[in-house]
Amino acid sequence: MGYSGLRVIWEGLRGQTGWKPMWRDPTPKAEYDVIIIGGGGHGLSTAYYLAKMHGITNVAVLEKGYLGGGNVGRNTTIVRANYFLPGNSEFYSHSLKLWEGLEADLNYNVMHSQRGLINLFHSDGQRDAFVRRGNAMINQGDDAVLLDREGVRKYLPYLDFDNVRFPIYGGLLHPRGGTARHDAVAWGYARGADSRGVDLIQNCEVTGIDIENGVVKGVQTTRGAIRAKKVAMVTAGRSGQVAALAGMRLPVESHVLQAFVTEGLKPVIDHVVSFGMGHFYISQSDKGGLVFGGDIDFYPSYAARGNLPMKEHVMDAAMTLMPMIGKAKVLRSWGGIMDMSPDGSPIIDRTHVDGLFVNYGWNYGGFKAVPASGYAYAHLIATGAPHETAAGFRLDRFRTGQGIIDEEGTGSQHNLH
Amino acid sequence: MRINCPHCGTRDRREFTWSGADVALNRPAPDAGEAAWDDYVHLRENPAGASRELWYHDPCGTFALVERDTVTHLVGDAVLAEKVAR
Amino acid sequence: MRIEGHGLIGPGTVDFSFDGKRLQGREGDTLASALLANDVRLVGRSFKYHRPRGILTAGPEEPNALVSVGQGAGLVPNVRATQQELFAGLAARSQNRWPSLERDVMSVNDLISPFLGAGFYYKTFMWPRAFWERLYEPIIRRAAGLGALSGQTNGEPYEKAFAFCDVLVIGSGPAGLMAALTAARAGADVILADEDARMGGRMLAEVEDVDGIPSHEWVGEVLAELAALPNVRLMARTTVTGAYDQGTFGALERVALHAAPGAVSGAAPRECFWRIVAKASVLAAGALERPIAFPNNDRPGIMMAGAVRAYLNRWGVAPGKEVTVFGNNDDAHRTARDLAAAGVKVVGLIDSRDGVTSGSDYPVFTGSTVIGTAGRLGLEHITIRHNGGIRRIRTDCLAMSGGWNPTVHLTCHMNGRPVWEPEILSFVPRPGSIPGMVVAGSANGVFATHGCLADGIRAATEALAVLGVSAPQVEVPEAEERPYAISALWAVEGKGRKWLDFQNDVHVKDIRLAAQENFASVEHMKRYTTQGMATDQGKSSNVAALAVLADATGRGIPETGTTTFRPPYVPVSIAAMGAGSQGKGFAPERFTTSHGASVALGAPMIEAGLWYRPSYFPKPGETTWREACDREVAMVRSAVGVCDVSTLGKIDIQGPDAAALLDFVYANTFSSLKVGKVRYGLMLREDGYVMDDGTTARLADTHYVMTTTTAAAGLVMRHLDFVSQVLRPDLDVQIVSVTESWAQFSVAGPKARELLNTILDTPTDDAAMPYMGCGPVMVSGVAGRLFRISFSGEMAYEVAVPADYGESLYRLLVAQAEVLGGGPYGMEALNVLRIEKGFITHAEIHGRTTAFDIGMDRMVSLKKDCIGQTMSRRPGLLDDNLEQLVGLRPVAAAGQLTAGAHLFEEKAEAVRVNDQGYVTSVCHSPTLGRMIGLGFLKDGRARHGETVRLVDHLRKIETLCEVCDPVFFDPEGGRLRG
Repeated sequence: MGYSGLRVIWEGLRGQTGWKPMWRDPTPKAEYDVIIIGGGGHGLSTAYYLAKMHGITNVAVLEKGYLGGGNVGRNTTIVRANYFLPGNSEFYSHSLKLWEGLEADLNYNVMHSQRGLINLFHSDGQRDAFVRRGNAMINQGDDAVLLDREGVRKYLPYLDFDNVRFPIYGGLLHPRGGTARHDAVAWGYARGADSRGVDLIQNCEVTGIDIENGVVKGVQTTRGAIRAKKVAMVTAGRSGQVAALAGMRLPVESHVLQAFVTEGLKPVIDHVVSFGMGHFYISQSDKGGLVFGGDIDFYPSYAARGNLPMKEHVMDAAMTLMPMIGKAKVLRSWGGIMDMSPDGSPIIDRTHVDGLFVNYGWNYGGFKAVPASGYAYAHLIATGAPHETAAGFRLDRFRTGQGIIDEEGTGSQHNLH
Repeated sequence: MRINCPHCGTRDRREFTWSGADVALNRPAPDAGEAAWDDYVHLRENPAGASRELWYHDPCGTFALVERDTVTHLVGDAVLAEKVAR
Repeated sequence: MRIEGHGLIGPGTVDFSFDGKRLQGREGDTLASALLANDVRLVGRSFKYHRPRGILTAGPEEPNALVSVGQGAGLVPNVRATQQELFAGLAARSQNRWPSLERDVMSVNDLISPFLGAGFYYKTFMWPRAFWERLYEPIIRRAAGLGALSGQTNGEPYEKAFAFCDVLVIGSGPAGLMAALTAARAGADVILADEDARMGGRMLAEVEDVDGIPSHEWVGEVLAELAALPNVRLMARTTVTGAYDQGTFGALERVALHAAPGAVSGAAPRECFWRIVAKASVLAAGALERPIAFPNNDRPGIMMAGAVRAYLNRWGVAPGKEVTVFGNNDDAHRTARDLAAAGVKVVGLIDSRDGVTSGSDYPVFTGSTVIGTAGRLGLEHITIRHNGGIRRIRTDCLAMSGGWNPTVHLTCHMNGRPVWEPEILSFVPRPGSIPGMVVAGSANGVFATHGCLADGIRAATEALAVLGVSAPQVEVPEAEERPYAISALWAVEGKGRKWLDFQNDVHVKDIRLAAQENFASVEHMKRYTTQGMATDQGKSSNVAALAVLADATGRGIPETGTTTFRPPYVPVSIAAMGAGSQGKGFAPERFTTSHGASVALGAPMIEAGLWYRPSYFPKPGETTWREACDREVAMVRSAVGVCDVSTLGKIDIQGPDAAALLDFVYANTFSSLKVGKVRYGLMLREDGYVMDDGTTARLADTHYVMTTTTAAAGLVMRHLDFVSQVLRPDLDVQIVSVTESWAQFSVAGPKARELLNTILDTPTDDAAMPYMGCGPVMVSGVAGRLFRISFSGEMAYEVAVPADYGESLYRLLVAQAEVLGGGPYGMEALNVLRIEKGFITHAEIHGRTTAFDIGMDRMVSLKKDCIGQTMSRRPGLLDDNLEQLVGLRPVAAAGQLTAGAHLFEEKAEAVRVNDQGYVTSVCHSPTLGRMIGLGFLKDGRARHGETVRLVDHLRKIETLCEVCDPVFFDPEGGRLRG
């Protein structure tokens, strides 16, 4: 069923009675061509692109809980393509292009809003690093503008420019950066996949992966055994547990990242703003809530909740950067389980098991990657070869040292990326 | 969250730096081979549940090996890392 | 309307204003009670449809009565009128309306609401694409939000604090008071926290006796006993907002929000955010009443029955002149009873249950429901279905009760899932949800006063058991055991919207639409409809919404499940949780001993990590930093310069195995270093990349002192602790950071020795201290250390003295340098000097470079094991095609170099696939008369002499550069040894 303004009016006139379910609740079949483990953003987009780009529709997405219940439903909604290392640059650039066509493609308004992202810097050294980044973005064909202090003031007059611990030297503006409505992205992909015949199966936990002679044969689930020619894992913070079902030990640690939203306020922050002297990034949603976050809590956790020290640190950063925010009240805070990889960059690759694929390591930047990750993963699953934009996301790069993609420069300490 | 420092007693988490899973205690020999080193530096058990991990108590400079559950955040015993290490 | 002689508040009057209108309340009023006393019913507009809204509740669950309080930078939006205490001069304004509360243009949304159902925006505004950012979204954003921030810098004090106790009791109603009393009598250190200014909870809102006296008097007696005990802290106005691990709680104290800014002792913060650490806790947070979803149940004048009772009994206010009551439980009857007893006209009690008996002072309609209401800006009448017929009743206030929900929120903060309790048709906490917490009273589903009192004692007894303390014998006071019978009534069918979430304008049909579109999971329903996502987090609406969803999907409520209540329980201001960090408070400031002297010399101080260091030392006539910098560089190259280098990390390493430790943490060898010598050391991470570099001196056979970079000082110290405690506990070695203990100054330039000899008690010479020598010295009678090391390429020393002598030594060195034609130099000159010499900093060793990349792979000794050695030999890190450190100089003398620019082959297009490298450090070299730079270039070591193109898109600079050795100046190092 197509969505449009006319349709909304028509349904308004007849009491909304004509809207159909966004997706079916199918009973699992005995066998699929492809089983995708994980019904989060990346799993749903993978299913969508398998169907749309490769015509593979005999696909099941198995989700332990509800669709879009993972990090796609609990992030700070930032969409950007401002990476500087090869491997990441081309991938996130591709993702942003997919974002720019997403509403039309999905016939679903994910409210992708390119309101501009400004990364602030606070020393000459930070400026030089951001200049390198900005030039890499332009080399890639994306956009970046270097702002000096006065340039930043023009965009963000409410920052503390005068009496502050770490003065603002300038910023790197990424005009095409912005935000999107996170849940809608999951729902839009789910609807698109479902309408092409993909079975989205909720409340179905995978409890085993069947492998015979090094070839994947299917999965065991809480709703019975399901055979499959190919199995694709895409379970973010739970990747370690799911891969263990296939006898794999992954380079991954699961950490908790908290996020925050304030009460609804009249528009006050128009851009996405990122502080350079401590993790703090903020934007204002279309509902009026200030949505912001900081760093992970730095200890492994599967609790999807955090503790006070990091919450306070984030508020501290907010107060030093933009002390006009003080009277805004935090309404809700929550946590997500982040799949932290040894170099802070993701993995989209085959495994040692024939027909078994792995996609994880999004650290805490997975939301913006949803379109390109699904696109590249579908390509890999369908063709057996990596997509050109994701060829760098190899699982063996840590062992060989070949093509490590460490944007933070913190090395193989998973929690420091 | 509160962690037990074997020297100082129980303190707020903000006095500590998490410093890796207990795999850090088992540094391979230089010639242990690629797989052993990959295992040590990159691969992780990443348990959902009982875990043994290193926490550094910044004020006193002590590494403690702490039992902690990664699902419930319950914290158990803490012992000096130097007593556990080889 | 105030009922004189009724209620618990004083006679003193308080002037305040609402939307500019001057009104009068009483001491002890909340803004809400004062507005109701003044017959103000319309106080706000809803979020989506801008529906007129009045006060619904008397507590923190209030979804409607949100106002802005204060002026200018002190403006606070979204204040719950039900919790704002009245003070003289309080100026409150309504929100989310224009031009006025009565006439709000955006209420047109209500007229077109049939088209604005749940999630409509996901289905439209997609075409044409460019219109989203330019047209649709700006309109949506303007309409969104409730109150507004002032946009001005916060100018008021806020605080954070820690508190510790044995037992934290949350809530001071009957259960909380008895719990606190029991724990206090046992000698435990008790904190009793309550969000209200006045403790007592519902006992201030009900007419009943405890131990034969009115309940509020009984409260007073208990509080008096508690206040007299030294082991009890009473924290009123303190909302416990979150439960965290190991008995840690967040709590917000509204220290001075009950008075005009500055009116409570000048230094008092507006709010204080507490971190309370409790060995055990009792949650006695009570219960919250829930509305019934009947058609048009959102008009001003329709209130919670328990709130109506609270306004009457505590504040002496009748919210209406002709009141109706509608409920599905016994509790609603108390409201009718109390109103009638106070002389307020009750025009009808509508009970959905059949065969219920009640008092005879008012008409009772059993087996009846309210099926409609009327009144544009306030309730005028209701329509009920009674005995199969329809009846209209004139009323200006309808008190409704859909039952009570235990306040389970804190028990959910650590992922606890509450349990459905069919007896009370609500959720109760799952035992053990928060380790060490015992839930008591209404929060646990016990609604009768006597039951709450008894449950408080039980809970405290269990909490004390956690501490290993046995509870004293405490008598349960006598109180009524009022019955609480309820039958399910979630939504009443009928024409018109039936509101669930009053603030976000979610009504029953929205939930059903969500179910129809298969947003059947409770999480999907919440996210799709925004149910429970308003400022009240669905405190009063979530359970009913769940029930409607359960019905629509044909499941039971327990199977449908709940969404998760997240901290904070009530919204917490960022200023409180981020108190102390505004301005300079965000991070500690570290000052060198020479700081004052540098400032006195006019040096701009810049941040270097947490430290401040001088940027340059301007002389009269110099108008730019470049002039000063060029002069300082020339001064060092021709005479002598003095620079404070105390910010570098200094780590003292002693013990029989000190050498072995250094051999293990450094890539190169230190056991072979002779006493009295210094060596440059390269430290790797275990993954083979460079961690840090610096020099380490051997002062004695078993005594070394290591220096680290300023940035990595803390990191390296922790790393050494890690290595010595975790990896090599076999080594007998002691490590201590002495960064703050020593002040250390670089003296650099051809006249460095000449300068030093003016301050050393025994002159030094090249024989006594050759290049890379070190040793003890006496500096004007003070025992110090001298190191012959250089970061400038000149003959240079670093002289260290105990920090107490730092400032005077610095002044002395600068004064003597000036005699020799030298002087102080700052960070800018230091940077130029090191680039000229090809020395690296963290601009080059930025965490992604290996020893191989910087041309130091031969330093990685293969004769011994060291951190990072094995992984640095990974094939992928030794590829010639990797980027390697090079020097860069513009082909044309005036050519510009910029750090952060990328490098390309001369004719190649400047796109990613052609990227050959990047520039890390640049400067104008006054020595060479042109710009020079350091950078990384693919296979760079083999490309010296080649021309590459530097491209800085951001600054629109393109420069042809010659690739060269990174050492631009004195490559043989003759000057160092001079």
